[in-house]
Amino acid sequence: MQASGLVNSGMLMKKIKSKLLSGGSRILLYLTLIVFAFIFAFPFYYVFVLASQEGTNMYTFPPHIFFSSHYLENIGKLFRDIPFARNFLNSVGIATTATFGTAFFCTMGGFALAKYRFKGKKIIYTFMLSTIAIPVFLNIIPFFKMMVAFNWYNTWLPLIMPGLANAFGIFLMTQFLEEAVPDDLLASARIDGLTEFGILMKIVFPLAKAGLAILMIVTFIGSWNNLIGPLVFLPEKMKTTIPVALTLLYNNLEGDRGGLMAGNTLAITPLMIVVIAFSKQIIAGLTAGSIKG
Amino acid sequence: MPKRSLRKTSFLGSQKLAPYVFISPFIISFLVFGLYPIGYSITMSFWKWTSNGPQEFVGFRNYIKLLTSDPFFLRTLWTSFVLMIFGSGLQHLFALPLAIFLNDSKIKGKDFFQLTYFLPYITSTVSIVLIFSQLFDENYGWLNYILTSWLHLNPVKWLNNPTAIKTSIAIMLNWRFIGWNTLIYVAGLQSIDRSLYEAAEIDGASKVQQAIRITLPLLKPIIFFTLTLSIIGGFQVFDEAFVLLGGYTRMGGPQNAGLTTAFYLMAMGFEFGRLGKGSAVAWLMFIVIILLNILHRQIGHREKRRTA
Repeated sequence: MQASGLVNSGMLMKKIKSKLLSGGSRILLYLTLIVFAFIFAFPFYYVFVLASQEGTNMYTFPPHIFFSSHYLENIGKLFRDIPFARNFLNSVGIATTATFGTAFFCTMGGFALAKYRFKGKKIIYTFMLSTIAIPVFLNIIPFFKMMVAFNWYNTWLPLIMPGLANAFGIFLMTQFLEEAVPDDLLASARIDGLTEFGILMKIVFPLAKAGLAILMIVTFIGSWNNLIGPLVFLPEKMKTTIPVALTLLYNNLEGDRGGLMAGNTLAITPLMIVVIAFSKQIIAGLTAGSIKG
Repeated sequence: MPKRSLRKTSFLGSQKLAPYVFISPFIISFLVFGLYPIGYSITMSFWKWTSNGPQEFVGFRNYIKLLTSDPFFLRTLWTSFVLMIFGSGLQHLFALPLAIFLNDSKIKGKDFFQLTYFLPYITSTVSIVLIFSQLFDENYGWLNYILTSWLHLNPVKWLNNPTAIKTSIAIMLNWRFIGWNTLIYVAGLQSIDRSLYEAAEIDGASKVQQAIRITLPLLKPIIFFTLTLSIIGGFQVFDEAFVLLGGYTRMGGPQNAGLTTAFYLMAMGFEFGRLGKGSAVAWLMFIVIILLNILHRQIGHREKRRTA
């Protein structure tokens, strides 16, 4: 295939020259990409290295670089020192509830904005997008007072309810449903006598799967990693989630960091597995969403 | 026929009513969890309001005090500003070239690179801080080991020197978000017509020339967008500073070097019970963010006019 492009020797020279040049710059290009990949990956490797060291032998000079054999011992210590199993279940419970609830309400809202014509739709849409820019910190203090008044303090509700029908999720689903749900299908479903809610449940949801997957993963990640929410609303050791539990442990540490590092591996691994399994779809979906926005 | 009229009027059955019902959770949720607390927060900011409740209407006094006599507030603005520039802004100087490299059609292992660059973004700040606090350790951390043993430089007191504290937080922000911004830029680059580059190549333009003449101008809207996000996010850093520097008890470490504005307002609200003052901090922070965005937009417009 290459040979067919070479018409005369002049062109051959030119090709070889550009090949050589691009060969040199290509190595530089790969090297840069690999160096950054290493910088981004190393801390993940390192946390497992640390979690496998003897707790009292965490600090050495030079620092550790290879695995040792104390991982299970550290896990045991973690579960003895703090109610980590409870914290883990709290994190899973809150993230799962938030994920499914958000999936439902955002698809519903997205369906309204993507597939109906109604008065005020444009205003609602523009207004909704502008609310995305409102910082959390603007109303966190009065929001706390409200939650206390609602008797929602020390429950999962402040961490779940406000995000169920959130602007970003509805925006994402609106974008997705506009293309994923054909108008003809809606028309024929109406002729067949399906109610609008029936259409949402039986037609829209099955067609929304790919978009929903992205929304659900993003919601789960956001909830799983949330620090401020549980820090403010679930400060008790038994009731709180992994990020706060690990922060508390870190702040009250005396010497032995084995349990802490082991806990950190358990905090990181579940997300890592999901993201590695679906990385292509998640990255494509998320970056496309940002560019359109 | 009667059946049909029944359907038209039934709840959720009507095509006219349905969209309003479907979007109503958002409206209700915004009114209850968004608008109401925002109004509440404005009110609070004009009161001397502690955890026991409102004490005294003070007008603008919370604001005036913060801007004139508060020993911390202006310094927290400076800290947030520095972190916005070196934590959130700087990363674009890495992300853009990386994206251009990654978008090269001949690069192999693109999926691997994309995944690796994505992972920091989805990792919780707490997890990141726990790892980096080891790397930052003064005597036994990797960073100082590299500085002293490999580069023969002096060790840095990463968590004990005011400048080094800001640097540490900025390093973590860069580590977490460079890859993410790279991926956004890659997605943007993919929308650029490849034939433009082919034409440029025929005309003998080098890769660098192509990047400056074709890629950057076409990528401008996306750069504007990601910078907007960086301004908004970068000015509100809380998690990193809070966990790395020992929470409310240490208030950002020596000389409060890591005390960002968001950190300060959280401490006012949830540690010192100064809800009115905390709300005033929140509004001042919001105003600063808006001003920075207006400034950014002005610069963006001027750029556009210059190149047009």
